Amino acid sequence: MPIMSIEDFSFTYASAPARSLSNINLPIQKNCITSLIGPSGCGKSTLLRSLNRMHDLYPNNEYEGKLMLLNQENNEMENILDIKRENEFIELRQRVGMIFQKPTPFPMSIFDNVAYGLRISGIKNKTELKDRVEDALKGSALFGEVSDRMNKSAMGLSGGQQQRLCIARAVALKPELLLFDEPTSALDPISTAAIEELIVELKKDISIAIVTHNMQQASRISDYTAFMYLGDLVEYGETEQIFLNPREKKTEDYITGRFG
Amino acid sequence: MEKLFKTVSFMSATLVMILLASIFISLFNSAKPAIEEFGFGFIAGKEWGVEVPIENPVSTVVATTAEKKVEVKPAENDNSLESMLGGGNDDIPMRTIFGGFIPIVGTLLSTLIAMAFALPIAMGIAVFLAEIAPKQISNVVGIAIELLAAIPSIIFGMWGLFYFAPIVQSFVGGYQVSLLTAGLVLGVMILPFMAAITRDSMRTTPDVLKESAYALGATKFEVIKDIIFPYSKAGIIGSVILALGRALGETMAVAFLIGSVFSLPSSINSPTVSIPVAMANSFGEATGMKTSALFYLAFLLFIISFAVISIAKFYFLRKDK
Repeated sequence: MPIMSIEDFSFTYASAPARSLSNINLPIQKNCITSLIGPSGCGKSTLLRSLNRMHDLYPNNEYEGKLMLLNQENNEMENILDIKRENEFIELRQRVGMIFQKPTPFPMSIFDNVAYGLRISGIKNKTELKDRVEDALKGSALFGEVSDRMNKSAMGLSGGQQQRLCIARAVALKPELLLFDEPTSALDPISTAAIEELIVELKKDISIAIVTHNMQQASRISDYTAFMYLGDLVEYGETEQIFLNPREKKTEDYITGRFG
Repeated sequence: MEKLFKTVSFMSATLVMILLASIFISLFNSAKPAIEEFGFGFIAGKEWGVEVPIENPVSTVVATTAEKKVEVKPAENDNSLESMLGGGNDDIPMRTIFGGFIPIVGTLLSTLIAMAFALPIAMGIAVFLAEIAPKQISNVVGIAIELLAAIPSIIFGMWGLFYFAPIVQSFVGGYQVSLLTAGLVLGVMILPFMAAITRDSMRTTPDVLKESAYALGATKFEVIKDIIFPYSKAGIIGSVILALGRALGETMAVAFLIGSVFSLPSSINSPTVSIPVAMANSFGEATGMKTSALFYLAFLLFIISFAVISIAKFYFLRKDK
């Protein structure tokens, strides 16, 4: 069952002469990991950033088609491209979280970083805040490492720890869908392994879409894989099928390293 | 080549220290007679260039005895005429005393008014230019701000005196030349500096940092308050320090507007004097102890600027750690 369904979706950047994405049709399955792969410039990050309307932070970008998101309360699909008011945007981004390529700790303490999303969503009760921050840190396998320095600046953490902090910060809001935009590309292999393990752990509660340029990563962790090329979706299927038995010649060329 | 480069850059850095030390020493040396004469009392002294009888009891006695000896009847008229004209009695030794309290207060208050006026407006301009305005508007206003920063201070002084002060007066009454108008024009002068530097440092906030806050459901206001301001804190404080330095030492514009009266301002819209203005107005005809007293003022201004800036720097940047 898809938590999000991308239907005939096209996207044009403000300054671009042509579409960066055209006619994408793709489901994001619930409690699964869907990875988007493809060579640089294929539009995989652009697609990911459309799913929580990140492009709306900059003027004059253009969406076409539908991005249907499952409303868990009444089990109906709602088009997130209909969203116009600021409080609807806030609600969308609390439901669809995002982790970026580089770790982005805020210039504040570890505790305040994780509590940030909760505080701006209106939670003021101190015990509730503390509980949810600790739960999020435990869920992100970071609590043991930072429990004795919660009030120290988050800038002092290592790169891998910072990225797990960002995941904890997003997880604290209990999102339904979490978008990862090449989350390990700035990290060493050991930190990468820790993040991958964490992502697999998270899919019990959260649906996940991940953009990665690392094909081994996609084959290791994802349940479904979509291969994109020059703004088109070339092939989508179960990860095993895509990597072992691709239907399209282009997919095969890419995963066997003939181009990319 | 490597060594030459190293030496040249080392020497340039040393030059700064030498300059700083030599300015400090030369100010101190020239101020020395006044420092010895008035001591720390100079800072609290409210009299400037006032003649008072020497309090030294020995010399007073000598003076009175001398007066008695010379005293003859026909001379009485001359004496009374002289004292009526306000000239010092030849027979009583006088000395001129100088105190810096009034210009020190004038300098600090006019700077305070300028900062109180300019800081919030400069932050507002910077936030608007860096985050809210569309690019075209931001560019045009940005250029206007930079042009404003390039206007020589004498132009601000004239504009302030002839156009701005009457407007201020019509709102708050009092004198046109006053602490308030001087402070406000000073504020207008430092405003573009602060706005431009603050805008530039706000723009250094990485997009991805702002995006991660938006991705947690933050509003624009929350992103500005919680992410951009803390991130660009060092740059903002830098702009405030530069502005403080300029406000404390500004001479020309303030000379037009503060009134150059050696009296404590009884209210915000009465005239007074500031250290740089006192110096600029008095150095031309100053001799002896007056010159030394002016150097004492200059020395104090140096110390005040140094202290204010170090406090600002230490207080705010310490919190980072």
